[in-house]
Amino acid sequence: MADEDRIMLEIAGLKKKFGEDVILDGVDLTINKGEVVVMLGSSGCGKSTLLRCINGLESFDEGSIRIDGEEIVSGSKAMTHLSQKIGMVFQSYDLFPHRNILDNITLAPVKVQRRAKEDARAQAEQLLRRVGLWEKRKAYPRELSGGQKQRVAIVRALCMNPEIMLFDEVTAALDPEMVREVLDVMLELAQGGMTMLIVTHEMGFARAVADRIVFLDEGKILENLPAETFFNNPSTQRAKDFLQTFEFKKH
Amino acid sequence: MALTEFFHELLAPDKVDEAWLIIQNQFPTAIWETLYVTVLSTLFAILIGLPLGVLLVTGEKKGILPLPAWLMQTLNVIINLLRSVPFLILMIMVFPLTRAIVGTVVGTEATVVPLVIAAFPFVARLTESSLREVNPNLIEMAQSMGASPLQIITKVMIPESVPSLLSNATIAITTVLGYSAMSGILGGGGLGKIAINYGYYRYKDLIMIAAVILLIVLVQLFQSVGTRLAVHSDKRLK
Ligand SMILES: Nc1ncnc2c1ncn2[C@@H]1O[C@H](COP(=O)(O)OP(=O)(O)OP(=O)(O)O)[C@@H](O)[C@H]1O
Ligand SMILES: [Mg+2]
Repeated sequence: MADEDRIMLEIAGLKKKFGEDVILDGVDLTINKGEVVVMLGSSGCGKSTLLRCINGLESFDEGSIRIDGEEIVSGSKAMTHLSQKIGMVFQSYDLFPHRNILDNITLAPVKVQRRAKEDARAQAEQLLRRVGLWEKRKAYPRELSGGQKQRVAIVRALCMNPEIMLFDEVTAALDPEMVREVLDVMLELAQGGMTMLIVTHEMGFARAVADRIVFLDEGKILENLPAETFFNNPSTQRAKDFLQTFEFKKH
Repeated sequence: MALTEFFHELLAPDKVDEAWLIIQNQFPTAIWETLYVTVLSTLFAILIGLPLGVLLVTGEKKGILPLPAWLMQTLNVIINLLRSVPFLILMIMVFPLTRAIVGTVVGTEATVVPLVIAAFPFVARLTESSLREVNPNLIEMAQSMGASPLQIITKVMIPESVPSLLSNATIAITTVLGYSAMSGILGGGGLGKIAINYGYYRYKDLIMIAAVILLIVLVQLFQSVGTRLAVHSDKRLK
């Protein structure tokens, strides 16, 4: 395979400002097909902003983002086509409260992708089975626990058959006992060959799921290392300090 | 006692008989006219006001379908102007338009025109406030899935605000009912006309009271049906 064919996401020199604040200050990041990258960084360093730029929800000032060779321009006509290739799951699930689970999942495949209803439905049911929620297909979001809602949100994104999945702290709002069920779904997805860019504060999970860790700090990527190397031997002091904050020591 | 005397006079047998006769003769048509005018005017008002309300939200600078600022400003000024004119004055002001559309300015049909013109800006504002309640995350979610602005409006914003839209439609219809009764003073038909003709011009208090009671009953009816529909459509509640 030629190099270009292997690349799923290519970000070059990305700059993003909110007013005078420089949030992303020249980000370069390449993710190959089938690769799972976890992005770490302290609160406010710009992780969500980066994901939103990739997804076309946020415009940016300089640089370029390409998905599978196609350039992303926020708000453009082509973007609606491109954003179907990108599955996004947010911390707040954002299920449509007035639609049942199946309708939540099939809405975009049917209306946006214009797929046959039966076809979308069959895939939705199959995906729901995989995450153990087929029984809930007729329920409304309010009848589900947080963990269940988040699994549905993942299924909803998957049902668009995206080429890459973006996850923004999808377990941050969950009770500890529900975190596991969501992470397991993501692990399975990773093992199934999905290209993923994950923002998380679950260090154990990051270590288990990631091929590569990217460490974002003050709008720049400071580290871009294989997961094991990053956790055992980060090269910058900032990353060391960051990892320290997740360790507990007895005094 | 003044009060007993008042009731004594109000409910004198001959007056009750006379009133009952008028009620039997006139009320069925009057109720029908009131309902007909109210429902028809509200429907037209929704037909115009709902899309306008959508534009007020989506056309904003940060909305999903930004419109030129001057257009939004014009829209807002027109709506505010129409909303600040008292109904009876508005009714007189639109007489030429009413005549052009209906051919006359008196009677049941003729009141539909001023009622629609008074109600559609109100409906637009109510729609606007309903749509603003929709969780912005849901709209972003739809955008991130590649939905077009029209799809976001019809598949997300409106379906997600149905309970609120129904409550507001109820407010609109009861308001129009009130206006339609008021229109009786300037040639409109229905219960309002009866209340004014008999109660005000001919001192037949019983008829006026009966007409008012019927208006109250109608408002209650609309309100309870509307509330029930709104609650029933709300899937966020247990
Ligand atoms: N719409 C906005 N307008 C102005 N500033 C913003 C906006 N969105 C984010 N910011 C700022 O950009 C910076 C990065 O925010 P971002 O949400 O990307 O951080 P993050 O890394 O995702 O943090 P967290 O881990 O807390 O989620 C923050 O300082 C934030 O205040
Ligand atoms: Mg964030």
